Amino acid sequence: MNWQPSANLQVIRERARIYRQIRSFFNNRGCLEVETPVLASTTNTDVQVSTIEVPGFDIPFYLQTSPEFAMKRLLAVGCGSIFQISHAFRQGETGRLHHPEFSLLEWYRTGYDYQQLMDEMELLITTLSLHQCSFTRITYKALFKEVMNLVVDEVALPELRNHCAKSVPGTKAEEYDFDQCLDLLLGVVIAPTMRGYQFVYDYPLSQAALARVREDDNSVAERFELFFDGIELANGFSELTDADEQRARFEQDSAARAQKGLPQYAIDERLLAALESGLDDCAGVALGLDRLLMVLLELDSIDQVLAFTD
Amino acid sequence: MIGVFSIGTEMASYSTNEFRSGLKIMLDGDPCAIIENEFVKPGKGQAFNRVKIRNLKTGRVLDKTFKSGDSVDAADVVDTEMQYLYNDGEFWHFMDPQSYEQQAADANAVGDARQWLKAQDNCEVTLYNGSPIGVTPPNFVELEISDTDPGLKGDTAQGGTKPATLETGAVVKVPLFLEIGELVKVDTRSGEYMSRVKK
Repeated sequence: MNWQPSANLQVIRERARIYRQIRSFFNNRGCLEVETPVLASTTNTDVQVSTIEVPGFDIPFYLQTSPEFAMKRLLAVGCGSIFQISHAFRQGETGRLHHPEFSLLEWYRTGYDYQQLMDEMELLITTLSLHQCSFTRITYKALFKEVMNLVVDEVALPELRNHCAKSVPGTKAEEYDFDQCLDLLLGVVIAPTMRGYQFVYDYPLSQAALARVREDDNSVAERFELFFDGIELANGFSELTDADEQRARFEQDSAARAQKGLPQYAIDERLLAALESGLDDCAGVALGLDRLLMVLLELDSIDQVLAFTD
Repeated sequence: MIGVFSIGTEMASYSTNEFRSGLKIMLDGDPCAIIENEFVKPGKGQAFNRVKIRNLKTGRVLDKTFKSGDSVDAADVVDTEMQYLYNDGEFWHFMDPQSYEQQAADANAVGDARQWLKAQDNCEVTLYNGSPIGVTPPNFVELEISDTDPGLKGDTAQGGTKPATLETGAVVKVPLFLEIGELVKVDTRSGEYMSRVKK
């Protein structure tokens, strides 16, 4: 009977150390620690996220794929900057860098934009890291130009598919839509070339998720991701606070879900009502703590940082 | 969502989230085995499965990238433990020790395994649609040396090696002190001599 932990004791102690340091980092900076439910009656409508539904209730209940919506409802009552260490769940995500249950550090900064949030993130990771770290920033478009010599704004779908077919042999590029092509290139071709801590920011509007559109360039959204050696660690936004725009994006999600034959979920009306009541400008980010531990401890697989994987 | 064979009706299929090493799938009309499966999901985007696959007919290894959620046909491939019986010059004959059912594998299916096949040894025979397409010998076999240079007396401690032809035709490097007629244990995966076996 193999009852022993998947992670070794040193890793378990390191997790405790970084959690202690994270809490002290945010306490010192005036952020309030909050806790929101992992089990709730609404869930994310994002097409690329699969929710785990929990049976045994009169109405559907879901394990939360991120604490984002609940934390925004807290922000809407004026609690100021907040942070949370929580578990999140995503169905079907299993692999060297994925586990269906994982740990997130999510925080929101009122009055910040995404660039200021990146600054704070650099500070946090430098505090947690055992070594000196340096960070670079590059826009999504510049990254594609640099690595693939591809101009995301100008490329047409047939040409983009050709790029995919050429760079990733053995894939059915002809069946992919524009964003699927970009995702394939970023995940399979570009990410493996990335080195060190690197922020990628200003995502195309089609990949805005819950980010605000950039005022001076409405072809991109104020979204960023942090990578380390091509491993995605964090995703953040200047948060969308406009309830109508948010509703429109939810409805787009639902339509796309219907078209793909994916499960339909009710739109989170409580989040929309909270946005309508008024949400101050803020920026928020989710940082995968399991992967951060992997990177800090130079481990290869998420299993090596999880106490148990079942 | 577990892929299940449904015989005689529609072909069974596997979704990418069932991919794991060892899974047998159909690809471009050939049965293949998944060697490695890596889940790649950039940001909030489309997930992909990058897979290393061995074509079970040709032995070739290739890379494929599937969009997660896609499905592929299952290959009707089973690995069965069978006893090697004999070679009739054209076919190698195997028997299922439970059912006594016999299978004849051609040179293509037997491949490099032929040099390790000794009557009565148990092998893994890969059947595709009921016919052999591959044979895996036991990891370790004990075979008699049928030909080698004379042994160097007294040299039992260390020193060089010499080629020895075994009863099945395989040629392996053995220590200098071994003689024709002696029994040796060989690792068939590396083709390396392991030890001398007392008869």
